[in-house]
Amino acid sequence: MGVLVPTFFGVTLVAFVFIRMLPGDPVLLMAGERGMSEERHAEMMKQFGFDRPIYEQYFSYIGDLVQGDLGTSIITKKPVLEEFMTLFPATVELSLCAIIIAIFIGLPAGMIAATRRGSSFDHTVMAGALTGYSMPIFWWGLLLIILFSGILGWTPVSGRISLLYFFEPVTGFMTIDSLLSGQKGAFSSALSHLILPSIVLGTIPLAVIARQTRSAMLEVLGEDYVRTARAKGLGPGRVIGLHTLRNAMIPVITVIGLQVGVLFAGAILTETIFSWPGIGKWMVDSIFRRDYPSVQGGLLLIAAVVMLVNLVVDLLYGLINPQIRHTD
Amino acid sequence: MTEATVYEENSDSRQGGRLALLSEFWAYFSENRGAVIGLIFFVCIVIVAIFAGYLAPHNPNEQFREAFLQPPFWQDGGEIRFPLGTDAVGRDVLSRLIHGSRYSLFIGCIVVSVSLVVGVMLGLCAGFFRGKVESVIMRVMDVVLAFPSLLLALVLVAILGPSLINAMIAIAIVQQPHYVRLTRAAVIGETARDYVTAAKVIGVRRLRLMFVTILPNCMAPLIVQAALSFSSAILDAAALGFLGMGAQPPTPEWGTMLAEAREFILRAWWVVTLPGVAILTTVLAINLMGDGLRDALDPKLKRS
Repeated sequence: MGVLVPTFFGVTLVAFVFIRMLPGDPVLLMAGERGMSEERHAEMMKQFGFDRPIYEQYFSYIGDLVQGDLGTSIITKKPVLEEFMTLFPATVELSLCAIIIAIFIGLPAGMIAATRRGSSFDHTVMAGALTGYSMPIFWWGLLLIILFSGILGWTPVSGRISLLYFFEPVTGFMTIDSLLSGQKGAFSSALSHLILPSIVLGTIPLAVIARQTRSAMLEVLGEDYVRTARAKGLGPGRVIGLHTLRNAMIPVITVIGLQVGVLFAGAILTETIFSWPGIGKWMVDSIFRRDYPSVQGGLLLIAAVVMLVNLVVDLLYGLINPQIRHTD
Repeated sequence: MTEATVYEENSDSRQGGRLALLSEFWAYFSENRGAVIGLIFFVCIVIVAIFAGYLAPHNPNEQFREAFLQPPFWQDGGEIRFPLGTDAVGRDVLSRLIHGSRYSLFIGCIVVSVSLVVGVMLGLCAGFFRGKVESVIMRVMDVVLAFPSLLLALVLVAILGPSLINAMIAIAIVQQPHYVRLTRAAVIGETARDYVTAAKVIGVRRLRLMFVTILPNCMAPLIVQAALSFSSAILDAAALGFLGMGAQPPTPEWGTMLAEAREFILRAWWVVTLPGVAILTTVLAINLMGDGLRDALDPKLKRS
């Protein structure tokens, strides 16, 4: 926690400096190719406070942040925070689905591979995991589109739901909203849009979780207390379920927590490929449209989310492993 | 024992020790079949990259106006002149892939050397001096780590302007913290050891202590990290290229090739599939090697 506050200030500093480091002056950049008159330029400089000393600018930036003002998008003229909030659920839905796939396949695969070390199953899982880990996911996404959308025609190519359906967002999660709307076929449409991007985004976390689970299990399986438990005559199910799993979960949870940053990075690519209207695509679009206030705000908010999740993971640790709770 | 004899003996045992270490390392490394396969494949890629000019059948940027989107030779309409087909403007895909290996290896080398050198310096300072120096360095690294790597790289490239060089700078900055953290942890661990105290007692000077006494003993985790970050540098650079923020067309960089091929994804599978296969196999080979290196260098996992 003590580390979090200075880090967050560092993050605000990066976000603040970002706009000022862009080549050229920020107002001209915002004006884009249209250009502007001298007076209008000076007026805008004053309006955004660029004419004041740099430390004053930083303090007023922090002041605005505290009030939840992250600036206004140049393109849509909407507050950046509002834009972020409308798009954020899409990314969360995608990431959650991805991490669920990753955990539900990666965890059992890693466990079974560890208990059957050296078997052909173990080799297959490890080879698959290393391939997944080495995967350029933007290409993987294109391949899946070729196969499932192009050749088989099973899934749509882009978006979150078919244009046939329209309803007001309630939770922002398309799968839940489509159920709430009660429209026939809406849910399956939302699901079929979600599945491919989730697989793509979940690939690297899946590989990492499988590898980590396997090595954590192997380490714990070699410990004395596991041998004792076996010597006492406990069945393999009980040894693995009760004695091993809990202790092997600690490094695995760290890894799952670390995947949040990976998920965001992956979301940038996945959302771009599948035209998924989430934060990742929004950031890329904002960079290309030179919508710098949005980039600045997004940068800050994403870092804040990543830090928050890491904090939660740290706290979860304490719950699982009392040792850490006491030494901390 | 005087200082001189200590050093003499040291250098004596070092000579023999190094060879023994190397053969021990190879014994562990070659035990891992995947690692050896990875190594062989990697050497092949290096050879292809070095002799790209001789191996490629055509100039990677030459456009054959009579052959747009021609399929590979085994398919209908393909010809042996373009073994892996041509792209949308009639360039030979195989030649572009061969030349692309140069860019990927170049990116990996530069990114790893820059982030390794700078990261080791910072980590060494943090671990050796502790106190304020350490907190400042580590806090800055925490800030860098708070951002998802690809996002930070993207934003850095937006500041610097999209190009291959700037993409490499951005990726090197993003990878920095891992080296700093590893070096710092290793240095702190080593500084507490007796041989360092002994060296201090004999009066070894600070710089020598840092670079000659301590650093070589911290290399194992750094070598493994270097292998891993070599592959992730290639992946990140390809991702940036794919997003249009890395190498710019018509550079035959694999990620950039994929970006150019995107619109033909349902019409011409070869322009989309092949650059990806090139990225995947290269990264996979390096990761296989990295795993082998880790097993061979990590004393915890050594089962002697």
